[in-house]
Amino acid sequence: MVATTAKGTTVAATAKRRKGLTLARREAMWAYLLISPWLIGFIWLTAGPMIASAVLSLTEYDVINPPRFVGLGNWIYMFTADPLFWHSLRVTLTYAVVAIPLGLVLGLTLALLLNTRIPAIAVWRTIYYMPSVVSGVAVAVLWSYIFNPRFGILNWLLSLAGIRGPGWLSSTEWALPALIIMSLWSVGGGMIIYLAGLQSIPTTLYEAATIDGAGAWQRFWKITLPLITPIIFYNLVIGIIGTFQYFVNAYVMTGGGPANATLFYNLYLYRNTFRWSRLGFGSAMAWFLLFVVLVMTLLVFKSSAMWVYYEGELKKE
Amino acid sequence: MAKLTWQSIKLQRLVGQIVVMIILGIGAIAVLMPLVWMLSTSLKTRSTSTEFPPKWIPLDAKKVVIGEREYFIYSIPVEGKMRELALFQKRGPVGIFVNPDNPKERYEIDVQKGKRVYEVKFHWENYPEALTTVPFGTYIWNSIIYVVVTTIGTVVSCTIVAYGFARFRAKGLSVLFLLLLATIMLPPQVTLIPQFVLFTKFGWYDTLYPLLVPAFFANAWNVFLLRQFFMTIPLELDDAARIDGCGPLGILWHVILPQSFPALATVAIFHSLWAWNDFFYPLIYLQSKEKWTVSIGLQQFNSIYSRNLPGLMAASTMTLIPTVVIFFVAQRLFIQGVVISGIKG
Repeated sequence: MVATTAKGTTVAATAKRRKGLTLARREAMWAYLLISPWLIGFIWLTAGPMIASAVLSLTEYDVINPPRFVGLGNWIYMFTADPLFWHSLRVTLTYAVVAIPLGLVLGLTLALLLNTRIPAIAVWRTIYYMPSVVSGVAVAVLWSYIFNPRFGILNWLLSLAGIRGPGWLSSTEWALPALIIMSLWSVGGGMIIYLAGLQSIPTTLYEAATIDGAGAWQRFWKITLPLITPIIFYNLVIGIIGTFQYFVNAYVMTGGGPANATLFYNLYLYRNTFRWSRLGFGSAMAWFLLFVVLVMTLLVFKSSAMWVYYEGELKKE
Repeated sequence: MAKLTWQSIKLQRLVGQIVVMIILGIGAIAVLMPLVWMLSTSLKTRSTSTEFPPKWIPLDAKKVVIGEREYFIYSIPVEGKMRELALFQKRGPVGIFVNPDNPKERYEIDVQKGKRVYEVKFHWENYPEALTTVPFGTYIWNSIIYVVVTTIGTVVSCTIVAYGFARFRAKGLSVLFLLLLATIMLPPQVTLIPQFVLFTKFGWYDTLYPLLVPAFFANAWNVFLLRQFFMTIPLELDDAARIDGCGPLGILWHVILPQSFPALATVAIFHSLWAWNDFFYPLIYLQSKEKWTVSIGLQQFNSIYSRNLPGLMAASTMTLIPTVVIFFVAQRLFIQGVVISGIKG
């Protein structure tokens, strides 16, 4: 990406010099004209609302009555007194800490298996990738019955192994694990990204290592894994940010329950804002979320040197 | 000697392949099982849908009508021969069985000795029933509007903006591009509430406008994806078109667009799937039933008619079918899109 930008600029710069300043001005005019849909949208739908949201977080507001300034009241209440704020954050992070690494390992394992030479490879990849394409309410509804303790197929499978399955979504202990199990179903999305990464590792590296006497295990630890760490890291951060958007499954399958066991951050934000019309408090929650995401993004940037170099290497292929 | 080694390597490879395929096969069964269960349940009756253990093929107990009432058919030994008879009446452990073809022919046999007879029966009527239990047609229509309008809006606006970022130089443009990249990571919640207030003030609450209008103002992720793609189109083509008298829009139309079909299709497909599945925005903005989209309708179906499991699964199946069809038709684009957006992101 960096290389292309540099090249593009030089070509354009030469063109500019050749055609003179008025043309450069005209080019600039076109540039701003073309990007204006985004620019207007950015001001109207992103930057403006962001500022408004920050201001709203300092008020009490229910849409009907005018906002009432309360200073840092919402923030102080959120951090010290709100009965469920920290709880919802803990639920979200618990999910993230368990589901994301599990998904990473499973996705990578699948990608490694699907990167071998076996017959009908396209069919296998299709099967594993499909669940990550189908999503939304239909899938949530489907899974809420798969977890049914009485007739669901999960407990049926467990009963085949002689295990009496738990109540899953109706159990405070098992509701969150159930959602984690469900998340593994759509691990194919991450798998496809790993697969692309694996396929772009130059085979010459493996050949050289084999000649040096490295076994399959060593090749994995010394070549494959180091070369795809940037992708693992990328998936990790995207996964963490995604967890803070987690909504449909919690809303449809458990409604945050039982006893708030699956009260995800985003669901709690939704409740405060749209159910209880606490728009000021909701805004404070949204901004806190932004801080969390910002920290994650900073981590990406810290690692970015790694993966930009990686891509530059690929371009030479 | 050399030949032998070659063969042993081949054998080793074959064993490895078989092991991998067994592992993948087990995983594939696990992956497909929920979808198969959904399909199978959607073709059952209410009573058979909640049976335990679940039957994978919809089976109904065979019944026969004698006179005005229905009777279950049993497979039961009579004088050493297995026969299919209707259980007419039960007296304690003993049942009175009759020949369904000749109800006068009666036998008194221990019910325990017989077994109910099942037959494969697909209840396709669950599908039209699900469509009429709730006004699913209206929901589908609203979802189609949502999908089609926002897909057009997204593709058109993102193409124009991406073209601006990919091919033009101006002061401050690179800063704006960084700003655009920064908004990719921005959690939508931060802008959600003021947007909601604003759209409500516009009188757009309970209309499709809050869902449709923002799509025309380009979305950072897709702009980025398209811009990356446009950058790979050689600048020489632009120059050639310019010499032929093309202006900036002419170049977009005659050079960039014809070269970018895969990228545009990727954006269109990802966006339409997203819109079809979107639950959050319809949930927030749409109140009256006649404006609901499929996802809201399905959620409502789920909470009101949860006892009609086959109907619910039929509705879920119908909701998923367009997604699955698109997936199979455009599989290549999917994988490509994931690769473009995933790795370069």
